[in-house]
Amino acid sequence: MASKKYWKSEAELNPNDSIVETLRQNEFPEEIPVDDFLGDKKNLSASTTNRRDFLKYVGFSTAAASIAACEGPVRKSIPYVVKPEQIIPGVANYYATTIADGYDFASILVKTREGRPIKIENNKEAKSNGNGNARIQASVLSLYDSTRLQGPLANGEAVDWSALDASVKNSLEGLKDSGKQIVLLTQTYASPSTSKLIGEFKEVYANVNHITYDAVSEDAALAAYEAKFGERALPSYDFEKAEIIVSFGADFLADWQGGGYDSGYSKGRIPREGKMSRHIQFESNMSLTGANADKRIALKPSEQKKALASLFGKLNNSAVSVDLGDAISKAVDDVAAEIKKAGNKAVVVTGLDDVNAQAVTLSINEMLASEAFHPGKQRYIRQGNTQAVNGLIQDMNSGKVGALIMDGVNPMYTLPNASDFAEGVSKVDLTVTFSTNWNETTEITEFTAASNHFLESWGDAEFVKGHYSLMQPAIKELFDTRQFQQSLLIWMGSDISYYNYIKQSWSLENEASWNKALHDGVFVLEANEEGETTADVQARNQQAETNTTVAPISSAVSSLANSSTEGMELVLYPKIGMGDGQQANNPWLQEFPDPITRVTWDNYVTVSRADASALGLINENVANGGLNGSYAKLTVNGLTLENVPVMIQPGQAAGTVGLSFGYGRKVGMKTEMQTGVNAYTLYQGFNSVQNVTLEKAAGMHEFACIQLHNTLMGRGDIIKETTLEIFNTKDHSEWNHVPQVSLNHQEVPATTVDLWDSFDRSIGHHFNMSIDLNACTGCGACVIACHAENNVPVVGKEEVRKSRDMHWLRIDRYYSSEDTFDQDNTKKDEFSGASQTKSGFEEMEQAAVNPQVAFQPVMCQHCNHAPCETVCPVAATSHSRQGQNHMAYNRCVGTRYCANNCPYKVRRFNWFLTNNNDEFDYHFNNDLGKMVINPDVTVRSRGVIEKCSLCIQMTQKTILDAKREGREIVDGEFQTACSNACSNGAIVFGDSNDEKSQVTELKKNDRMYHLLESVGTKPNVFYQVKVRNTNEA
Amino acid sequence: MKKVLYRHQISKLLAFTLVAYLFFSIPLLAQEENSELSVTGDTEAAAETADAVSGDAANGKQLFNQNCAACHALNRKMTGPALANVESRLAEEEGLDKEWLYAWIKNSAGMISSGDSYANKIYEEYNQAAMTAFPTLSNADIDDILAYTAAPAPAPVAAATATAASDGGGDSSGITNEIILGALVLVFALLVMMLFLVNNTLQRIAEANGVVLEKDKAVKRTPLWKAFAQNQFLVLVSSIFLLLASAYFAYGWMMQVGVDQGYAPIQPIHYSHKIHAGDNKIECKYCHSSARVSKHSGIPSLNVCMNCHKSIYEYKGNPEGPSPEDLANGYTNEFYTGEIKKLYKAVGWDEENQKYTGESKPVEWVRIHNLPDLAYFNHSQHVSVAGIECQTCHGPVEEMEIMYQYSSLTMGWCINCHRETNVKVEDNAYYAKIHKELSKKYGVESLTAAQMGGLECGKCHY
Repeated sequence: MASKKYWKSEAELNPNDSIVETLRQNEFPEEIPVDDFLGDKKNLSASTTNRRDFLKYVGFSTAAASIAACEGPVRKSIPYVVKPEQIIPGVANYYATTIADGYDFASILVKTREGRPIKIENNKEAKSNGNGNARIQASVLSLYDSTRLQGPLANGEAVDWSALDASVKNSLEGLKDSGKQIVLLTQTYASPSTSKLIGEFKEVYANVNHITYDAVSEDAALAAYEAKFGERALPSYDFEKAEIIVSFGADFLADWQGGGYDSGYSKGRIPREGKMSRHIQFESNMSLTGANADKRIALKPSEQKKALASLFGKLNNSAVSVDLGDAISKAVDDVAAEIKKAGNKAVVVTGLDDVNAQAVTLSINEMLASEAFHPGKQRYIRQGNTQAVNGLIQDMNSGKVGALIMDGVNPMYTLPNASDFAEGVSKVDLTVTFSTNWNETTEITEFTAASNHFLESWGDAEFVKGHYSLMQPAIKELFDTRQFQQSLLIWMGSDISYYNYIKQSWSLENEASWNKALHDGVFVLEANEEGETTADVQARNQQAETNTTVAPISSAVSSLANSSTEGMELVLYPKIGMGDGQQANNPWLQEFPDPITRVTWDNYVTVSRADASALGLINENVANGGLNGSYAKLTVNGLTLENVPVMIQPGQAAGTVGLSFGYGRKVGMKTEMQTGVNAYTLYQGFNSVQNVTLEKAAGMHEFACIQLHNTLMGRGDIIKETTLEIFNTKDHSEWNHVPQVSLNHQEVPATTVDLWDSFDRSIGHHFNMSIDLNACTGCGACVIACHAENNVPVVGKEEVRKSRDMHWLRIDRYYSSEDTFDQDNTKKDEFSGASQTKSGFEEMEQAAVNPQVAFQPVMCQHCNHAPCETVCPVAATSHSRQGQNHMAYNRCVGTRYCANNCPYKVRRFNWFLTNNNDEFDYHFNNDLGKMVINPDVTVRSRGVIEKCSLCIQMTQKTILDAKREGREIVDGEFQTACSNACSNGAIVFGDSNDEKSQVTELKKNDRMYHLLESVGTKPNVFYQVKVRNTNEA
Repeated sequence: MKKVLYRHQISKLLAFTLVAYLFFSIPLLAQEENSELSVTGDTEAAAETADAVSGDAANGKQLFNQNCAACHALNRKMTGPALANVESRLAEEEGLDKEWLYAWIKNSAGMISSGDSYANKIYEEYNQAAMTAFPTLSNADIDDILAYTAAPAPAPVAAATATAASDGGGDSSGITNEIILGALVLVFALLVMMLFLVNNTLQRIAEANGVVLEKDKAVKRTPLWKAFAQNQFLVLVSSIFLLLASAYFAYGWMMQVGVDQGYAPIQPIHYSHKIHAGDNKIECKYCHSSARVSKHSGIPSLNVCMNCHKSIYEYKGNPEGPSPEDLANGYTNEFYTGEIKKLYKAVGWDEENQKYTGESKPVEWVRIHNLPDLAYFNHSQHVSVAGIECQTCHGPVEEMEIMYQYSSLTMGWCINCHRETNVKVEDNAYYAKIHKELSKKYGVESLTAAQMGGLECGKCHY
C-alpha cells in the first residue's frame, strides 16, 4: 500500500520537470490576487482593526444584542379621549353597505375592528345581489392600498381642494356661454341619488352631457332590451326556477350582465326529490359556467350565432337554414327538443356581443314564457353607452368639449383607441379625473381629484328595479380625498353634504325608517315584491307598443344565420380574479388562482390543443416544477399585441383563442403588480369577438401555476360523481362506493378498519363541514374570504411558481382525460399488463379536447386520526375534542414532517418572513396594508407551518357569546370564513353533535363521502357526490 | 423597566413600620387630636358669633354635601357659582335679601320665568344650566346651609404636626437598634477577652506544674487545596456539582426572561388605584367596562374619568392628612391635585369656565400587562362567564399606589389555574348539556377548566 504512487499528471514522469517542482512547493502556481479583492494593502495594514479585533467586536455585539433583547420593549396603550359609544376595543362591529364600483355591485356587510374595516361579508338580508364574489371580498384590501392618492393634484403637483374647486368652478362658469359641452364621463352608478344630482348639475351648467362608460361593455344586451322594452336596462333571470338552462357563450356564473346569478343557479343544481336543473353550454373559451355545465359544446362565436338562429327556428317552427356540421345540428335538435319538453321551465341566455343574438334570446324566452326570465325586474348595473363614448372622442377632437370630468373610469387604459382619446383630451380646456390611484388617465388630465374608496363614501344604488341599497362609510377618509358626488355639490354652489342629499332624495317618512334602511343596507319597495309577474306582464305590454319600431326578429335571425365563420376568432373575457382590472393593485387578487387554469399573477392567451400544435405553441413543465409556455404575437386589424403567453386550454373551441381583460396595467402600480398584457387594446369597436391571427414568438414565459397535474388519472374516489339517472334509480352503495381494504386477507370497507383508538367525540361540540360538489361553482369567493379572515400572507409570483403558495383553501380543478370522468375510471380499470398500464397512464395525463370539469375545494380535512399529529416531534399540532386539528405556531420548529405526512397537501410552510419584510412588497410591509390584519389571528413568522384552523377564532367567539348570554347555540351560528362567503350553499359548517343541525343531516346524506377514505384518516370535512344531469330529453 | 419588590415583602415591611410607627407615635397623635378638636371648636365659635341667630353650621355642612356639593363649591366656580358667604355677598352686591335666596333655592325656574333680573343674569352666566329646585328644604334648612357657607374655612394646620410626630417615631426606632447592637458588640468583646485571659491562666498553671506542651510536630502538612487537587474523585464530584448548580441557576435565570412580574412603569399621570379602588371603593368594571364584553379590559377613555373629575377637582385625602409613607414618597394632597390637572389638560377641560376647549391630547399610558401576540386571552370569558375576581390575576389592585404586574403571566401560571379552577356552570344554559355528560364521564360533581378542554393548544393559540 505504502509504495503505491498516484499520478497527478503525465508531467510527473519526468522528475526534473519544473512544473512538478513548482506544484510540489506551491498549491497555486499563479499567485492569487488577494490584494485585489482585499483592497489596498497599505490601507489594510494601516488599519487598526485586525481580524481578531473584528471577531471580538462580532462576539461582543452578539452578546450585547442578546442581553439587550432580554429587556422587553415599552409598549404604549392610548385610549380614546372620548370613546364613541359603539366602539369597544376587541369587539367587531358590522355595517351594511354597498359596493358599486362600476363593475361589481352588491349589498355587503363590512366587519370593522376598532374602526378599521377588515373584512367583507355577504348581506344575507338582501333579496338581490347580496353575495360578494372574490373581487368584492378582496376590495377591503384596496382601501389600504399604499399607492393610493393622498390628496388632489394639479398637473401632478399637490394642491388644496379649495384651489382645485376655485379653478374648476371658474372654468365651468366660463364655459356657460361658450357653447362648448361640459362632459361627465362616469362609470355606471345605478344610483338614484347620483342621477338626480347629475340632473341638477345639468340645470346649473346648462350644457352638460353625462356619458356612462363601462370598461367591459354590455352594449348589445342593453340595446336589445331597449329596442324591445323601451328602457336601457337588462332583464333579470332566476336560474333556480329553470329546469333547462341553455347558454350561448353566457358566462353567467361569472360577470355576465353584471353577475350575481350563481347562488340561484346552485340552488337548482342540488338534486332534490330526484330533480335538478340541466345546463347546456355552447361556448368558445372554457369558462366557469361551461365548466359547470352538464353538456358543453365548444363552438366558435360565429357558429354559436348560427346555432342560436337554428334553435330559434326549431322552437318557432320556422325554417332557418344554417350550414352547421351534422354533429352540431344534431346537438341543436336535441336542445330544441329538450326545451320544448320543459316548456316554461326552460331559459335561454347568451353572452354573444351581438344585438341580434341578444334580441333573439329575449324573443325565445318570451316565446317560452320562461319562469326564470323577468323582463319586468330591470337590472341597472350596466349602463355604458359605447356610441356616446365614440361620439365624445369625436367631439373632443373637433373642439366641441370645454370640460371633461371623469369618475370611476380609466379610459386611457380601457379604451382600444386610447391615443385618439388622449389627443382629444389635449383639446379640452378643463379636465378633471376622480380616481383613488394615479393611473393612465390621471397622467393626461390637468386635475386629479383624489377620490374616496367605496368604504369611505356615502351612496345608494338600485341594482334591480325597486331594490335599493345604501352605501355608508365604514371609516373616515384615510387621506385628503373627496367623493365625486360631494364635489359636484360643491361645484354647483350647494353647501349640503352628500349624506344629507341622499337622505333628502330618499325622503323616507321618518328618521326611524331611514335608520332602519341604513342599518339593513337594503330597502325593497313593497309594490315590487309581490308583483313580479305583473311587472313582467307590464313589460311585455310595453313591448307590444314599442315592438312596431323594432326590426322584425326574422331579420335578426337571418343575420345570425349568415355569420361568417372564417379565420381565427379571439374571444375577450373578464377573468374571475381581475374583472375589468380596476383592482389590479390588489395582491390578494393577483395571487388568486384562476378557477379554470389555476394560474396566478398573469393573463395569457388560451389556445386549443389542435391550434397550438399547428402553430408550434407549447406548454411544458421545467425542472423546478414550474410551468412554462410559448409566447405568441396577436394581430387584430393590424394592431398587434406582442409577447402574449400561451396557455393550452382543454375545451377551447378549435379556431378560437381567449384573452382576459384587466391585466397589463403599468402606471401607478407597484412593480410586482405590473403583470400580464393589456387586452383592451384589441377590444376594437367594443366587441369582445375579434378576428385574429396568431404567430409564435420567441422565448418562453414562466407561469406561476399552482396545479400542474390536471387530470384525475381515473382515481374516481377523489371526486366521486354519478349521473342523475343512476342517482335516482340505484342504491347509494353502487354510486357512492366505500373503498375496500384488506384486513387479515379479507376485503372489508375501509371505514371499519382502524389503527388507532378512537377519540371520544360525543361530548361538546364536534365541528363538521360539508362541501357539496354540485353546488360549488368554483368561483373562489371562499379563497379570498379565507385570506382576509386568517391573515394569510401573499408570497408573490416567484414563490408561487415554486409551489410555495400559502392558500389555506384551494379549489382543485380536474379535467377528464376521456370524454367523461366515468370513462376515465373504466379505462384505468381495464389496463392489463405493465406496458399497457404505463402507456395508458401516460395518455391519461392529457386532458380531453372537450373534457368534463370538476371543482373540489380542499382545505385541512381536520382528520380525527390525523397523520400530521403523529409525526410532529414537538407536538405543535394536536387534536381537540371539538374536532379541530390545532396548530400552535409558537411551538412549531419547522421540521415539515407534518406537511410531508399529510395526504391532502394542505399544510403550508412559511419559507420567509412575509411581514415587515420589504422583499415581500405587498401589504404586510407597510402600515396602511397592515390595517387589514385580523387582530384575532396570529400573524405567522418565518419557519412555521400553518393551515386551515376551521376558523377556530370564529367558533370560539360563537361559543363565548353563548356562554356570556347563558344560552344554547342554535344551528347556523357556527360559521367559518368560507362557509360565510359561500352564497351558493356549497359549504355548510356546523356542530355534528347537534342532532338538529344541517351538517348532521348532510353527514347522513347518501351522497356523503370522505376524501381518500381508504387512508383511514376519518376527516371532519366531507363531500357530497357530484351528480350530473345527463338525462337527454 | 423598573422592578418592584415582591408584594409580600412590601407588605411585611409596611406591617413592621406600621407597628413601629404606632408604638412610638400614639401618644403624640393623641395630643394632636386634641389640638384639632380645639381648632374646629374655634371655628364653630366664630360661626356662632358671626351669625348668632341664623342656623347650625354643622347641620348646614351635612345638608350642603347632600344637596349642593354636586354643582357648588365654597370657594370655587363649578357648574354653579361659588357659595362662600353667598348671603352677605348678595346682600352687599345685589341688594338681595334672604327671602330672595329662599325663593331661588326652592324654585329657580319660576324665578327665571318670572323675569327676575338677577335670576336671569346668573342663568345666562352659567350656560343656561338650570338649578334643580329644592322645594323640600325648609327655610330653617336653608338657614343652616347659609350658616355653613358663611363660616370661614379651617386652616390646614394638622399635616405639619403629624409629619414632625412621625419623624420622631422613626428616629427612636433607629436608636434602639443601635443600642442593642452596641451592647451585643460589648458582650462579644468581653467574651473574647475572658477567653484570652482563661487561656493565659491555664498556660501559666501548666508551666508551674511542669507539664510540657507539645508543639505541632508535623510542621510540613500538605495544604488543603493541594490535597483536594490530588483527590481526583473529589474534583470530579465537585465539578459535576458545580456544573449542575450553574445549569440550575442559568435555567432559572433564563426562565424569567420575558417574565415581567412586578413590572411597575412610571405612568404619564400618577394614577393611584389605591385611592380609586381602595379608598373610594370604585368597582373595577366601572372604568374597565369592556372587560365584561371584550377580550380587552380596556383602559378607560378620558371621558370616563371626567364623569367624576368634573366635580372632583382637588384631592382632599383622609381627614387626618397624608400618611407619613405618602409624604416620604411625595404623595401630598397638592401632588394628587396636580395629577388631576394633568387629566384636565389632556382632556381639554377649562376649569375656569367649566367647559371643554376641544384641545385634547390622548394620554400615552405605558402598558403593564403584555401578553405575547401568540396567546389569545379574553377578559369577558373570565370576568363575565367564570365570574373570577379581577384580583385573582391582578392582585390587590386596591392597595396599589403604583400599578404593577402581580402575576407572572406565564403559560404555566395559566395552566395551573385551569387545572385547579372549577368552571362556573350554574344558571348557564350553555353548560347544561356538556356539564351533565362530562361530569358523568369523569365521575365528578364539578369540572375544572382543564376537564372542559381548557388545556387544548388551540383554545389559546390561533
